[in-house]
Amino acid sequence: MLTVEGVRSCYGRIEVLHGIDLEVRTGEIVTVVGANGAGKTTLLKCLSGTQPISDGTITFCGESFAAVPAHKRLSHGLAQSPEGRQIFTNLSVEENLRLGAFLYADDRVQSDMDDAFAMFPILKEKRNLAAGGLSGGQQQMLAIARALMGRPQCLLLDEPSMGLAPLLVAQIFDVVKSLKARDVTVLLVEQNAFGALKIADRGYVMETGRITIQGHAPDLIADPRIREAYLGI
Amino acid sequence: MDALLQFLFSGLTVGAVYALVALGFTLIYNASDVVNFAQGEFVMLGGMITVFAYQAGVPLLLAATLAILITAALGVALNKLAIEPARGAPVVSLIIITIGASILIRGATQLIFDKQLHRFPAFSGDDPIRVMGATILPQSLWVLGGALAVFAVLWVFFSRTLTGKAVLATANNRVAAQLVGINTGWIMTLSFGLSAAIGAFAGVLVTPITLVSYDVGVTLALKGFAAAMLGGMGTPKGALVGGLLLGCLEALTAGYLSSQYKEAVAFIVILGTLFVMPQGLFGAKTTERV
Repeated sequence: MLTVEGVRSCYGRIEVLHGIDLEVRTGEIVTVVGANGAGKTTLLKCLSGTQPISDGTITFCGESFAAVPAHKRLSHGLAQSPEGRQIFTNLSVEENLRLGAFLYADDRVQSDMDDAFAMFPILKEKRNLAAGGLSGGQQQMLAIARALMGRPQCLLLDEPSMGLAPLLVAQIFDVVKSLKARDVTVLLVEQNAFGALKIADRGYVMETGRITIQGHAPDLIADPRIREAYLGI
Repeated sequence: MDALLQFLFSGLTVGAVYALVALGFTLIYNASDVVNFAQGEFVMLGGMITVFAYQAGVPLLLAATLAILITAALGVALNKLAIEPARGAPVVSLIIITIGASILIRGATQLIFDKQLHRFPAFSGDDPIRVMGATILPQSLWVLGGALAVFAVLWVFFSRTLTGKAVLATANNRVAAQLVGINTGWIMTLSFGLSAAIGAFAGVLVTPITLVSYDVGVTLALKGFAAAMLGGMGTPKGALVGGLLLGCLEALTAGYLSSQYKEAVAFIVILGTLFVMPQGLFGAKTTERV
């Protein structure tokens, strides 16, 4: 579904991605784990088009993304729930969700919103409140729900567990896992390597702008290098 | 008492124009963080183009419509030709670009039209209406009504339409707006076009009262900016209240102190706002959890 080949990207003159190769197949949950500053978020920004790439190709469903600007990628089926949640803080929860389905004006918008409220009941309770007043966990739920409103085939999730209490982290990971049943393919970027690998099919380990290890998630959890460096075991 | 009412009438009339200029500032500021100092020029163009089209024999209503459309097109051009190519530049640079644009527009207007003061007839004649001992011009009612209508339409646009919400979303978080599929470049174009049209509309309404020449935009931009600061930059409600308040303050100062101090009011308001409440009256007090 999503193929990344030799992608390089720079901030100014400093190259932070040194040729990334990665593949996400239809129906998979794939995770990219790695330490802070490894370039994971930059990689996702390249995929969603909010960060320019200097080399390499991104192909989504057989189509090159080179000439597709950020705001058109959702209509191709690729959604991103960005790092730091990035919700519309001064709009209400409901307005945030409605804007998630900005591209659509049909009856499915309402049923999708009901789905989102069923998935995150707390959002329904707070539907008329300004999103900026939600707690961190609720904002994360809103960011995921908003991305799903765009009816993506593939969802890019950037650090959904960042800054959340352990109980909420578990809840968010459960939701990510449940996306599989909704036919949404997931690319999950996480510092919480153990939690991410547990729900993923395959994983990539990223270090300072390069993919260093890749494989099936259970193998990676068992890999001594990863256990030592990322799992703290 | 009669005098007070008289001052308030004239204050509200001028204030309504300030409010429309402040609204123009607000729209562009929300979409791009840029304070567009060419906003006053849009008002001037609305008046000037109407004057010259009317003198050329075009019916007044058509002349006014033409003026608003041409000015809106110029607003879009300002965005496309000057602001968009400089995307990524610091906001201060963009603001300086708008100052340059305002000088250019003034110069071009001088050349294409002239340097004289102009007016066209008021929409409903010049016979003052007596209200409780004071008088008000019918055109003042047009100005007030027109301003309120613009604010009402915009309120519906922002609170009831998806496009309006997309503008608010872009103002709040440009990257997230792109991620949900909003073409933020188009939203900026829309904002510039809308601001220019609103400015030109204000110019059309007020020209029969205050007259128009190529250089009236400078003062209007300054007053509108003061009004936007007073009401809180970025909120349409603040633009309305700030504009009317500033107009009344000016009129009262001119009436009870001296008309020589009138022009100072806007500056005092800017300074006072910055010292006492930098957010303005309705500015966002950001309460966000992180």
